[in-house]
Amino acid sequence: AARMFLRLLSDVRWWAVNSKWRGGTCSRRKSSSTAEPPPAALPAQAQVVICGGGIMGTSVAYHLSKMGWKDVVLLEQGRLAAGTTRFCAGIVSAARHMSIELKMAHYSNKLYQQLEQETGVNTGYVKTGSISLAQTQDRLISLKRVVASLRAMGIPCEIITPKQVAQLHPLVNIHDLVGAMYVPEDALVSSANVSLALATAASRNGVQIHERTSVSHVSVQKGRVTGVETDRGQIQCQYFVNCAGQWAYELGHSGEEPVHIPLHACEHFYLLTHPLNEPLASNLPTIIDPDGRIYVRNWQGGILSGGFEKNPKPLFTEGRNQLEIQNLQEDWDHFEPLLSALLRRMPNLEALQIMQLVNCPESFTPDMRCIMGESPTVQGYFVLAGMNSAGISYGGGAGKYLAEWMVNGYPTENVWPLDLKRFGTLQSSRTFLRHRVMEVMPLMCDLKVPRWDFQTGRQLRTSPLYDRLDAQGARWMEKHGFERVKYFVPPGKDLLDLDQSKTFYKPDWFDIVGSEVKCCKEAVCVIDMSSFTKFEISSTGDQALESLQYLFSNDLDVPVGHVVHTGMLNEKGGYENDCSIARLSKRSFFMISPTDQQVHCWAWLKNRLPDDSSLTMEDVTWKYTALNLIGPRAVDVLSELSYAPMTAEHFPSLFCKEMSVGYANGIRVMSITHTGEPGFVLYIPIEYALHVYNEVMNMGQKYGIRNAGYYALRSLRIEKFFAFWGQDLDAFTTPMECGREFQVKLEKGMQFVGQEALLEQKQNGVYKRFTMFILEDHDTDTDLWPWWGEPIFRNGRYVGKTTSSAYSYTLERHVCLGFVHHFDEKTGEELVVTTDFINQGEYEIDIAGQRFQAKAKLYPFSSLFTQRRRKDELELSGYQRE
Amino acid sequence: FYLTPPQVNSILKANEYSFKVPEFDGKNVSSVLGFDSNQLPANAPIEDRRSAATCLQTRGMLLGVFDGHAGCACAQAVSERLFYYIAVSLLPHETLLEIENAVESGRALLPILQWHKHPNDYFSKEASKLYFNSLRTYWQELIDLNSGETTDVKEALINAFKRLDNDISLEAQVGDPNSFLNYLVLRVAFSGATACVAHVDGVDLHIANTGDSRAMLGVQEEDGSWSAVNLSYDHNAQNEHEVERVKMEHPKSEEKSLVKQDRLLGLLMPFRAFGDVKFKWSIELQKRVVESGPDQLNENEYTKFIPPNYHTPPYLTAEPEVIYHKLRPQDKFLVLATDGLWETMHRQDVARIVGEYLTGVHHQQPIAVGGYKVTLGQMHGLLTERRARISSVFEDQNAATHLIRHAVGNNEFGTVDHERLSKMLSLPEELARMYRDDMTIIVVQFNSHVIGACQNEE
Repeated sequence: AARMFLRLLSDVRWWAVNSKWRGGTCSRRKSSSTAEPPPAALPAQAQVVICGGGIMGTSVAYHLSKMGWKDVVLLEQGRLAAGTTRFCAGIVSAARHMSIELKMAHYSNKLYQQLEQETGVNTGYVKTGSISLAQTQDRLISLKRVVASLRAMGIPCEIITPKQVAQLHPLVNIHDLVGAMYVPEDALVSSANVSLALATAASRNGVQIHERTSVSHVSVQKGRVTGVETDRGQIQCQYFVNCAGQWAYELGHSGEEPVHIPLHACEHFYLLTHPLNEPLASNLPTIIDPDGRIYVRNWQGGILSGGFEKNPKPLFTEGRNQLEIQNLQEDWDHFEPLLSALLRRMPNLEALQIMQLVNCPESFTPDMRCIMGESPTVQGYFVLAGMNSAGISYGGGAGKYLAEWMVNGYPTENVWPLDLKRFGTLQSSRTFLRHRVMEVMPLMCDLKVPRWDFQTGRQLRTSPLYDRLDAQGARWMEKHGFERVKYFVPPGKDLLDLDQSKTFYKPDWFDIVGSEVKCCKEAVCVIDMSSFTKFEISSTGDQALESLQYLFSNDLDVPVGHVVHTGMLNEKGGYENDCSIARLSKRSFFMISPTDQQVHCWAWLKNRLPDDSSLTMEDVTWKYTALNLIGPRAVDVLSELSYAPMTAEHFPSLFCKEMSVGYANGIRVMSITHTGEPGFVLYIPIEYALHVYNEVMNMGQKYGIRNAGYYALRSLRIEKFFAFWGQDLDAFTTPMECGREFQVKLEKGMQFVGQEALLEQKQNGVYKRFTMFILEDHDTDTDLWPWWGEPIFRNGRYVGKTTSSAYSYTLERHVCLGFVHHFDEKTGEELVVTTDFINQGEYEIDIAGQRFQAKAKLYPFSSLFTQRRRKDELELSGYQRE
Repeated sequence: FYLTPPQVNSILKANEYSFKVPEFDGKNVSSVLGFDSNQLPANAPIEDRRSAATCLQTRGMLLGVFDGHAGCACAQAVSERLFYYIAVSLLPHETLLEIENAVESGRALLPILQWHKHPNDYFSKEASKLYFNSLRTYWQELIDLNSGETTDVKEALINAFKRLDNDISLEAQVGDPNSFLNYLVLRVAFSGATACVAHVDGVDLHIANTGDSRAMLGVQEEDGSWSAVNLSYDHNAQNEHEVERVKMEHPKSEEKSLVKQDRLLGLLMPFRAFGDVKFKWSIELQKRVVESGPDQLNENEYTKFIPPNYHTPPYLTAEPEVIYHKLRPQDKFLVLATDGLWETMHRQDVARIVGEYLTGVHHQQPIAVGGYKVTLGQMHGLLTERRARISSVFEDQNAATHLIRHAVGNNEFGTVDHERLSKMLSLPEELARMYRDDMTIIVVQFNSHVIGACQNEE
């Protein structure tokens, strides 16, 4: 039965086209019985070498050749489309939670639909639609959120009743369902054939394809790819693309200069059956039952059903080639829970005869998102892998984005969430990966709720104060491996345990964070912000200043001791990074960026700073503990501890000074808080961290000091309309679009990256605008909370999505931040967004299908604190008589 | 009245202990993966003891079970002391000198053993000085004797057993000024204990046995099935060679009275044991010691009672029978257990139950559909049934516990019957001993890869 199945998937028709680029010299039929004919010789050089002939490699080759890069060689260790691609279930579904993933899947669907016509290879494309079932109300909410974002993209889909499910798919048992999501344009394909079709088109465009050729390692000189070594010789090249799927990690580590690609394979099982007595129609919708952890599609009149079990089996690829991966054992005992779920969902299948249980390994990544982009350490080394079992859905779109990246320098969409540079070496530990993917794979089916934290691979990077904070009730989240406090649970108060705390509504920490925010507003709080990325850049002469002036948009030629907020922009004026830079001396600068910028920002600067030994850049993230003192009394605490006046006259805002705090000297104090509230951040050499923390807490007692966490910080910064890079800002957002023109010095007397684009925007206007929305008729206690990614409607028409949101304890309202576009009513063309356009609209935010009125604002409230105080005073005076 | 499954588990697991040999101990890769041990009392207090330790000055690991009778004093003393005697017997001359010099000059001693003890496995604090002095005398003699030859493990084991038994006897004859200690050494000598000890060093496995506890090797055959290989002979009336030996050691006139009702002199089940001076000392010596001993001893009918037909002592020895076995990759585990287990279970069943437990569900014959016609419903039924079977295995994290569960709770079909298990465990103290004996089990798991590698090196 196994052999038969393999033959079914690798369509015979392929061999008709195969012979074209092989010069008709070889045919598999013969090769199995007679001696292998000599394969075509490898070229000595090529512009691009792609390693991996699965859906990813062929898609990259296809798109590169379409975009005019034809000097491309694709190498495959075994047979084309014979790894994970061959075995994957072939479901193309746009039902994705993340916007970039949704876009990739949408594009893939359109691409596959016309592929047969373009290439003549039968792709088995059938538009069946898909139905995602909800067994619980929470699941339904989750599906409704997906529907909202699919609709915003113009993809048809709807929430349907259980009865409608039964009409669309007669086999489904609907008695335990509360609803479902129907996406009629989702499709089925033969994934191997899609891959072969892409290969065929690519080879017609000039791409050379060589099977049975394994890459042993990639040669690197001066940080650039120069060629690859294979078991059949060497190829010189400028670009290398690692599309080696589950072997990508190993291949990345095989070179002289390791490229860390954090992914790990897990075994994945699905079941194939013989046809039903009355064979299933080939256009019967695919059923996805996340609560039962299974998917079911029609297959050759029978069914194909697999799932994502709670106890995955991670798999080592080291030393195993393609053939061995193909012959992994079936494990029925392991599949039992999924089979039970299948029979519960479709009880009438009991009598259906089994054909085979397929074991098809899939690679998973530490954050359930795929990996693409250029290596931060080796230029010209690109990666596309780690599809988390959605390879066929993403294949087309991901290949396109990567090709654009290589040809144009960046894709046409913001792919930061998928960028290889979001990871560092720290995520590359085998143990970490093994533990993490065992958590990630079950998550495929788990409810995606806001503010979810991974539980494995934790406590890797911690502040020296970790134990102290933990003992005081800290609850932790993780960013880039660094433990950060969410909030502090006061003694004697219990929170729900992890599973129960999953909610789309008001969370259980609401009051806790509220009191932390209140303390920031009225007294002083301390937040450990050690995770932020910190670089020091210095030079012997003016090189540092000159280089930074060119790379950053704000004017850094400020007096020593000043702190400048500035964007690090790309040529299009978009934010590659948003940071604060302190001028420590004439020739040295201290730069603070978001935590997850550690790899990206380093690579960006390294590649652009002049190769000059007198200019040095150092990552000092680990050297300093950062304590953020937020609140009106921060100034009192610090001045008592340092015997130095800290008032605004002596220590104005955006200032940086080295001073002593307690016994510790050389503490770098900056008057910024990243929230818009008054206060300071202390950069403390780590050996002093505990001392300074203790001093601050002791001294702060009389001012009502307390610990606070990032949730309080978030609430504060969002109500102050502070945009955060990675959440609100990305490479496609310019300062002009988010009201930060004041952080750009177009006339600073010298050229800087992105200047032209910004000048043009200044002249012609912007096409989107960062806007703050205050939800008007939203009941915090009973309504669904906004998260991010909610569609924004202006006068009933979709204009954009939110990027972050938080409850403002000061305004006592929810605040959403997001971008407003102006689409032409007839053509859909993007028009310039003016202030009037923003101000003259009636806005609604769509949270899982329910729309809430929202007030739009382009500028933050001038002073929330005074406003609030006035209100309090009024209230107090009203109650005084009691 | 029945015990609930959690209550049953808490009884079964109260004494369980597991030790995993660290993968990299800095020196050698060990052929032992680790061991699980457990004991279930029937007597109150339990008279069985167990010990496990790693030799620090030589290579290898020591494991042993000790079954006491006429009280637990002797088994307790042997469990504390025997491994030190073995370790010292194995030490090279230079190390002995080094240790002696350290004691002489009051320096810190090199540690000899690393014990792996359950919190309930105690050492007597009061007697430690006395025990130490006897041990020191032993190594001083070894130093003087310095034969210059490399130590043979078999010989070392025999010497250690005999020497410890001799010391137990001497200490009781000499007595101790401290009345507590004086009574203790007498109780040790007048009670008895069998011992079954394993010494594992790489592929070399030595079993030294005295009495009717037993060592058994679990072997996995090529077809995956399990079989048992005995690595010790019981020293009791069922063992013809033992009966023969005892008869050889005494005049023909005693032939009829030596073994009566399958017991030595009609009294003692094991034919070899530590302690039991009533079967070793002359009648005069026994009388003298008992009379000069404390009142408690004098009032004890058992100690005063002289075995019938007691003409040519000693009738009993602690000398062990040592069996050597060279470990092979198919030797997966070793079970050391007191007779409480072997009375209720055949060794073949022991091999199968432990073997299946250790290899777990993964080695349950995997299901393959192959060319058969199987429906989803049939497969589902089959899998649910398999899972139910496996879940009883998962209750135990300890192979010894798992074995006890089977030994106590097995019904006629060879599966654990909860009702029976619950009944057996809820027997009142005074009845328990009638239905079952104290049971002490150590299951040692071997590392087949290491053993295979050692084999290949040769």
